[in-house]
Amino acid sequence: MAKPLIKEYGSPGRKGYSLPEVDVPEKDPEEALPEGTIRQEKPDLPEASEVDVVRHYTSLSNMNYGVDSGIYPLGSCTMKYNPKINEDVARMPNLANIHPYQPEEQVQGSLELLYELKEYLAEISGMDEVSLQPASGAHGEYVGLMIIRKYFEKKGEERSKVIVPDSAHGTNPASATMAGLDVVEIESNERGMVDIESLKEAVDDDVAALMLTNPNTLGIFEKDICQIQQIIHDAGGLLYYDGANMNAVLGYARPGDMEFDVIHYNLHKTFSTPHGGGGPGSGPVAVKSKLAPFLPAPVLKKEEEKYCWDFDRPDSLGKIHAFYGNYGVMLRAYSYIRTAGAEGLKEITENAVLNANYMKEKLKDTYELPFASDSLHEFVLSGSRQKKEGISTVNIAKRLLDYEQYAPTIYFPLIVKEALMVEPTETENLASLDRFIETMKKIAREIEETPEVVENAPHNTVVRKLDEAQAARNPDLRW
Amino acid sequence: MEVPEGLCFTEDHEWLKVEDGVGTIGITNFAQEELGDIVFVELPELEEEFAQHDNFGVIESVKAVSDLYLPVSGEICAINEDLLDSPELVNEDPYGEGWIVKVKLSDEAELEELMNTEEYREFLKEEA
Amino acid sequence: MRYISNTPPEKEEMLQAIGVEEVTDLFQAIPEEVKFERPFDIPAGLSELELKNLVTDKAEQNLDLSNFSSYLGAGSYDHYIPAIIDHMIVRSEFYTAYTPYQAELSQGTLQAMYEYQSMICELTGMGISNASLLDGASALGEAVIMARRHTRKEKVLLPETLHPSYREVAKTYGEPHGIDFKAIEQEGTVTDYASLAEEIDDDTAAVVIQYPNFYGSIEDMKKIAAEIDRAAKALLIVVANPIALGLLTPPGEFGADIVVGEGQPLGNATNYGGPNLGYMAIKDDRRLLRQLPGRLVGKTEDVEGNTGYVMTMQTREQHIRREKATSNICTNEALNALMAAIYMATMGKEGIGEVANLCYQKTAYLAEKLQNLAGVKVMNGDNYFNEIWLQIEKENLTAEEVQTQMCERDILAGVNLARLTDNKGLLVCVTEKKTRQELDDYVSNLEVVLDG
Repeated sequence: MAKPLIKEYGSPGRKGYSLPEVDVPEKDPEEALPEGTIRQEKPDLPEASEVDVVRHYTSLSNMNYGVDSGIYPLGSCTMKYNPKINEDVARMPNLANIHPYQPEEQVQGSLELLYELKEYLAEISGMDEVSLQPASGAHGEYVGLMIIRKYFEKKGEERSKVIVPDSAHGTNPASATMAGLDVVEIESNERGMVDIESLKEAVDDDVAALMLTNPNTLGIFEKDICQIQQIIHDAGGLLYYDGANMNAVLGYARPGDMEFDVIHYNLHKTFSTPHGGGGPGSGPVAVKSKLAPFLPAPVLKKEEEKYCWDFDRPDSLGKIHAFYGNYGVMLRAYSYIRTAGAEGLKEITENAVLNANYMKEKLKDTYELPFASDSLHEFVLSGSRQKKEGISTVNIAKRLLDYEQYAPTIYFPLIVKEALMVEPTETENLASLDRFIETMKKIAREIEETPEVVENAPHNTVVRKLDEAQAARNPDLRW
Repeated sequence: MEVPEGLCFTEDHEWLKVEDGVGTIGITNFAQEELGDIVFVELPELEEEFAQHDNFGVIESVKAVSDLYLPVSGEICAINEDLLDSPELVNEDPYGEGWIVKVKLSDEAELEELMNTEEYREFLKEEA
Repeated sequence: MRYISNTPPEKEEMLQAIGVEEVTDLFQAIPEEVKFERPFDIPAGLSELELKNLVTDKAEQNLDLSNFSSYLGAGSYDHYIPAIIDHMIVRSEFYTAYTPYQAELSQGTLQAMYEYQSMICELTGMGISNASLLDGASALGEAVIMARRHTRKEKVLLPETLHPSYREVAKTYGEPHGIDFKAIEQEGTVTDYASLAEEIDDDTAAVVIQYPNFYGSIEDMKKIAAEIDRAAKALLIVVANPIALGLLTPPGEFGADIVVGEGQPLGNATNYGGPNLGYMAIKDDRRLLRQLPGRLVGKTEDVEGNTGYVMTMQTREQHIRREKATSNICTNEALNALMAAIYMATMGKEGIGEVANLCYQKTAYLAEKLQNLAGVKVMNGDNYFNEIWLQIEKENLTAEEVQTQMCERDILAGVNLARLTDNKGLLVCVTEKKTRQELDDYVSNLEVVLDG
């Protein structure tokens, strides 16, 4: 059952705040400001006490589930544990309590951290220059594609085609559109990889870029990457790497070595920064040196042991954020990379891949495994066997909630019917994996024995299955 | 699966019923089931003209979007305004109250390209 | 790596179950020619204690705002943040959750977002709010693209009184969509209304007005709205400081079509400019709603008729509509929006107005003192909310020098306008945190600097 709205705690005249008295002579703004610009009616905001507010949000938090509650195997989202020391680092007063327009010499400590983070991200990806500015993964994709757009503009080449595999994240085609480019989708082959023939057919003089996730959204490494990059580069196009799945390759392969030209990271995936219930994230972009001039302004530089922002970037794609991006998120990622160190990063990937493969092995007999190719940090099952029994994947997901475990990503990638995309991450241990495996098997048994229990799930959550059709048909978006 | 007699069908699972040079168009029962709960139908303007196979609107369920393509060329002469407030009509009565647009046919010869009821039933079997 | 808890025997058990000898066998799909063979050139991992010491050392090279009396604003505002906000957002059920894909296990985030949307609507006087965007500037970028799509027109008017970085971001976003941006000159600290009126025509998709504007003044919204009304279909996009709306008429009352802005002043720290949150609200118009970017939370019922909340109208979004989506944005800035929501809930109906009034009264106090000071000029006259444009009129003294000398006196005197615009002077911001004593100190120190 949902809680009352915060507004319902209110009572006229009740206050939850305290402010100092006005200690200067008061002036009537109505006399000074343009006519009609003084608010006549107060906003209808809550009138709640501090205790009301605290209890309300505490009770809301109790209706939520995070990584700290249990396994969160959302494929392509890399829901790993969010280390607490990173939170402490980001909240250190002399790191957090600074203003974006403070003179650079007052924030050298912060700039040094950011500069080092940039260097680590360049090293990890095998790229040359990094911008930390994009505030989310999608923002990073957009910036990466704008860089490509500017690069060809500068070269005087008119190229507008962006090739995207049908297994790609929805953001890829959407970002291409935001950057004013045209999307061409190509099909995957029966092994779940880019179909080379389809790729060749799609490639021509108009191709600006191929966007690829490697490993792709099926968790499968594109083995033909060398051939793929050759085809694109021979046609004069560039290669874009969607870094959503970086957790699969740390220390094992670098996009730069695979000849990618641009990559975006998701610090909130690979580098453990919390997702916050849907943001803030951070999507740094790393490029090969020929693309560096087009990075968003400003770029962080080091000159004679001093760090400074370089705004003088004549070929830059422009500004994309009012300030420098999601600084607080960057601090957490810095803290994480320093905690892991060179060896630790590789260990992260090894354990993420080990966990995913163990789970896949244990579940592939119960649920259909549509693509048998080797997979890395995530894998995709299909609920089509269960669908024949009349139970959809969404019901399986909802039933998992009854067992107090979060559901995998469902109905994605689009090339798998009734998809269940599972990414356990390295921070789950064997016991937690086994528990999830057992639950998934149990649900499969329930589908055979008591399908109505699964069909009507969830049963134990604060609300039962919600009517999404009703919400979309008659949107109620505010009180 | 129920497929009414006397209609024409497309491979995009749209149906067309022609009376006196005017075609009524909707999506088939199969299509509405595949889409699930319909939450929105984007309709064209009256008198707008389209070529055959042109995209004339969009139909949305909770988690899917599907473009609507005109089975025949012509001018839109009626739109089902009831769908604006009650898109669920497409789910409830796809061949009746859930019709989407009416079009004044400009070339009846185009009808020959479409499937009849029998052919569409076969097509559905193959799809499955 | 201490966040991996499988022991060697457990790993062994898992490898056996998979049927491989070593963990490296799992990476055979990576072709040899692209395999990365050397260790990263990154320092070895640190213990928690070592890490803390290392970061503390670096952090100590910073001089944070506690070392100064700060008058910096220009889009990032240092307001008082009630203690409860930090206590609530460290609840990890909130901050370690993902986007609420499974609504039944995410009612906390979803209800909080519904309340956030409601309170943003109340503050702006608009009908619909999304669950937030990346920051204020990118929200404006999204808004101009939306206006372009909605009106199918190309011209967007960007007055020079709009924050320069917002202008730049809007241009970055708009350029690939063929938007033709026209600058509108300023007259003093406000928009030149005659130039604006001249530029609004049948091809105009939108007019963007900042409220209060970059120089701190309040534009004549009635006049502007009337001009836009004349050219029927242009949209009015208002970039509003949400705290100011405690005192100022909500943009919805002037007929704004889209209101965007930086939500940071609502309970979020300055934090070197990020993470912030962009808010976006639109008028209650079904057609415009279908063009809205970003997450939306709606109220609905479960199978037993209980109230619950879900993400809704997702067919607008990238994961369903792909290249035809209203934007590529996936996440909102949920945690920052939660902070903003708790702030609005705490300050409430009275508090927002009181904060706004405190900002205004203290700015007025400082402005009037400065107006009487020889060697500087308050360009705004009487027209300001919590920022003023202070021009230095003393010969051989630049704003930068004033800034530097004030800094030596532990006062961050304002943002140097030359850093962002072609104008000279300081943009001085006063929030409710300043005491009368501090304001007097500002004036007396400035007097010394001017005399020096």
